[in-house]
Amino acid sequence: MEVLTSLGHGFAVAFAPLNLFWCFVGVFLGTVVGVLPGLGPAATIAMLLPLTFSMPPTTAVIMLAGIYYGAKYGGSTTAILLNVPGESASVVTCLDGYQMARKGRAGAALGIAAISSFIAGTVGVIGLMLLAPPLAKFGLSFSSPEYFALMAMGLAMVVLLAGASMVKALLAMLVGLWIASMGIDLFSDASRFTFGQSELLDGVDFVIVAIGVFALGEVFGNMEKRGEGTMLPVPKGLRNLLPTMAELKACRFAFLNGSIIGFIIGVLPGAGSTVASFISYGIEKAVSKHPEKFGTGVPEGVAAPEGANNSETGGAMVPLLTLGIPGSGTTAILLAAFILWGLRPGPLMIQDNPELFWGLIASMYVGNIMLLVLNLPLIPLFAQILKLREYFLYPIIFGISIVGVYSVSGSLFDCWLLAVFGLLGYVMRRLDYPSAPLILGLVLGDSMERALRQSLMMSQGDLGILVSRPISAVMLLLTIALLFLPLFRKANAWRIKAIEENG
Amino acid sequence: MAQAKWMKGDVVSGAVLAALGVYIVSEAWRWDYSTAEGPGPGFFPLWYGIAMVVLSLVLVLSSAFSATAGKTTDWGGIGRALTVWAAFALAIVLMKLIGFLTALALLTLFVVAVLYGRPLKVALAAAIGNAAGFYLVFGLALQLDLPAGPLGF
Repeated sequence: MEVLTSLGHGFAVAFAPLNLFWCFVGVFLGTVVGVLPGLGPAATIAMLLPLTFSMPPTTAVIMLAGIYYGAKYGGSTTAILLNVPGESASVVTCLDGYQMARKGRAGAALGIAAISSFIAGTVGVIGLMLLAPPLAKFGLSFSSPEYFALMAMGLAMVVLLAGASMVKALLAMLVGLWIASMGIDLFSDASRFTFGQSELLDGVDFVIVAIGVFALGEVFGNMEKRGEGTMLPVPKGLRNLLPTMAELKACRFAFLNGSIIGFIIGVLPGAGSTVASFISYGIEKAVSKHPEKFGTGVPEGVAAPEGANNSETGGAMVPLLTLGIPGSGTTAILLAAFILWGLRPGPLMIQDNPELFWGLIASMYVGNIMLLVLNLPLIPLFAQILKLREYFLYPIIFGISIVGVYSVSGSLFDCWLLAVFGLLGYVMRRLDYPSAPLILGLVLGDSMERALRQSLMMSQGDLGILVSRPISAVMLLLTIALLFLPLFRKANAWRIKAIEENG
Repeated sequence: MAQAKWMKGDVVSGAVLAALGVYIVSEAWRWDYSTAEGPGPGFFPLWYGIAMVVLSLVLVLSSAFSATAGKTTDWGGIGRALTVWAAFALAIVLMKLIGFLTALALLTLFVVAVLYGRPLKVALAAAIGNAAGFYLVFGLALQLDLPAGPLGF
């Protein structure tokens, strides 16, 4: 009851005309930066921070948070239409979203992404509202062994992302781990795999690899054949551009899966929305009745990662607001903003600043509705991009890819790397190596190595620490179960075949 | 015509990855495997390097001794894709000298006129339109600092 009363006060704050206006500005800007690859929410919030100094703190927080969750909505657009991930967590959306677009279901994929984002975003806010204090404690119980187990579970998803060849998927993942190792080792200052290039000392940015392997690899592959017609089919009429009831029905579990997984992973500082989207996609595929169709354009393959990506925002706010711990680059900048305004996020945040806390939560409900209203009508407009002839569309993709990479670092060396990874993406495509495991290895490699080394430092080299703690032991057991899943499926298929033959 | 087994893509790519695995292991060997505080910088690369060598050898051997011959290769298509890649890489080199917008316009011109054989008028319109669109969205509206040429764009 107390929660509802507080939420009522929060809505009174959120519906104040000034807050409503800046909430809209925030979600609109967020959608724009999410659509554009490379220009992420962290950079946008940092750029706009000085503008908010003249605003009341609650209004400023509402706007900056709007950019944060708005960017998650926008990130799926280029992933679905052009196979260019707008931000890191949208990589998984490329897998089925782009395939849906190739089948003439781009509008449906965009609609499912928007609806899933809305549902999961709202679930994330409800979670933040009801479970913030106890979940913050749960997040703190995660130490290096638990993080290692979580990353191991994430890497085990490779068995679900593999195409025809498991060996090739594992090799692609190992290449991802290798790329993740490039740069200075934080524990020892040793520079690893830098080939004498000072530009590689900071490692290779995820955006470069994702855009190169996914977008450019796809374009180079498509350009093998000289096509003349339009790029992809776009059905006419609004009804045909939006998801059907059957597609939405197929996504029921995916909406729930994405919402829950995204929120839980979001609560863990440092895990991030990319990990959440990979894990929810893996779970969706594991429990699906038709796992073999994943990667060919199934709506659940869009709904689960997009939901996880958006629900993660609510989860990430838990350690930020209740403990003052930022779990990602964006929440770190939000924390800096809080401190600049003289606010101290932590256990007393709700008690000391109820107007800000509940106003922010209520504004997130309002912002999610704004995003849905803003995004659904834009779907037919976005889908028209696919009507461009390929000789017009491909140079646009080249331009967006270069701008996306250059805007992150301002380095021409990174643009060179983009060309190299574009070639790698093309070769992988040509030789049937799946690209998602490479990205998985790249995303998780660094965190996994760090967690493993910290764990072994804690235990003075005793590997037993990984299985002696209950949470990490359970997650490692799940990892092993996941690794054996393909064998179980194969055995089950043989069993059914044998029964059919005998019967 | 089907290719010889030893020329199959899987065999060649497996051999390249095995070489990469050997390189990773040899580099990891130079770094500390463990230190007084715990695992060193060579610990993780050593293990995934070994895994890469083993798995790539599995790929090479299973492909080389499999009954099926390699697929026929469309060298014309590969040549076309690599030409586009070379044009893309050249555009990145040129960006430093003539600026992003001019390099993008030239790349667009090449793709539309040469690779797709469209009339020069269409190609020029596409090149100018593409560069102008990027200037309006990224240069003017978003104020992104993109590499500029001698003419200031």
